[in-house]
Amino acid sequence: MWLRNNQVPALAGLAAVLLCASIALIFFYAPVDEDGLNQKIFYFHVPIAFTAYACFGWGAWKGLLVLWKRKPGADLESYVAIHQGVIFGALTLITGSLWAKFRWGVWWTWSERQLVLFLVLFLFYSAYFMLRYSLEAGPQRENLCAVYALFGVVLIPISLLAIRLAENYIHPVAFNKHGPQMAGSQFFTFLVSLAAMLALAGALYRVELLGKRLDQRLRELRELLA
Amino acid sequence: MSGYFNDVAVLARKDLKLELRARSTVPAMLLFVVAALVVFHFALPAESSELAAKGMLWVAIVFTALLGLTRAFVAEREQRLIDGLLLAPCDRSAIWLAKSLSVLGFLVVVELVALPAFALFFSGIDGATVAGVALADLGICAVGTVLAAMAVAGRARELLLPLLFLPLAIPIVVGGVGASVTGEPARYLGFLALYDAVFAIISWASFEYVVTE
Repeated sequence: MWLRNNQVPALAGLAAVLLCASIALIFFYAPVDEDGLNQKIFYFHVPIAFTAYACFGWGAWKGLLVLWKRKPGADLESYVAIHQGVIFGALTLITGSLWAKFRWGVWWTWSERQLVLFLVLFLFYSAYFMLRYSLEAGPQRENLCAVYALFGVVLIPISLLAIRLAENYIHPVAFNKHGPQMAGSQFFTFLVSLAAMLALAGALYRVELLGKRLDQRLRELRELLA
Repeated sequence: MSGYFNDVAVLARKDLKLELRARSTVPAMLLFVVAALVVFHFALPAESSELAAKGMLWVAIVFTALLGLTRAFVAEREQRLIDGLLLAPCDRSAIWLAKSLSVLGFLVVVELVALPAFALFFSGIDGATVAGVALADLGICAVGTVLAAMAVAGRARELLLPLLFLPLAIPIVVGGVGASVTGEPARYLGFLALYDAVFAIISWASFEYVVTE
């Protein structure tokens, strides 16, 4: 009962606990491998990237609900999810750039395809905000934003394929068809880290959504008064 | 089904007729692409390779297409033509298909001049490049028409389209440049065909939502 009434604080608490656990695991449990200490950023960089994908996917799903079911409120949810995705995408670019600096000695490398993909996605989803804010609020804006969000999830695999075709890559391959290429303790740390990032994104999403809904409600009340 | 293609043909003919009478888009695109090629000549230092010029050709094609796409829905919005089209008893995706075909027509006309001009100014053009350009044109027109319809709905209009279009054009540039500069163009042409198919389907399915409320 308490959980149902306090979903957001519960989610935020879960995110905080998981984040603390993942940081403890990263620094005290996961072994230092041949790359040395700088490999630790892997446990931030990759979960953040996965979380960004999850946000974009969630935004597109909500966009599909706008178009398909005409679900009220789905437009706002789609927008908030994409907003979160852009924030996590920017963090991916920053952590990836730091990692590249320590690993290869350069801040940016075109041969790391995840990083290039995130640059493309960052540009694409930044244009989403330009589109959204150049339109009047209303059903047309909901439609256009939803269609654009759907284009985004189609663009992700296509761009990845394009970047793969375009570049010879030196990105360390952590996952391939033989499963994760890391020790069990590393993989466990990675999973906790990923769960922490997803919980954090979920909590932020819910908080942001609450605020936006409050804004909307306030605006409606003001219009009623005026 | 023949009714559908009949609608498409009528709508596309309307665009071609408008262009023949007003001559507002194609001459501008032609001038732009030739001017761009001249600019690229001066942008490339003397010892730069032929491959760099091939890359520039793709920049010219994407930006010229962008110029044409910016104009694609201007009459529809400014003269409220879109209201008439939406009232017409035809499927909304027919409007997309017709507009894509007419933009494709303009782009092909421009490239019929641009590719020989490129061959004249820079270097010869092989069959793989021509095939790449043809496949890229399909993708550019399919995606670009939807985005152009989105962009004219907003306040920013001309400003918005390049921002929406360029990230989506990056895979086209990768495929096109790969087809024209590498020894094995087949996989790049295959990639362009995949891009065309995927985005044509999603554009065809989603256009109705872009123009209606």
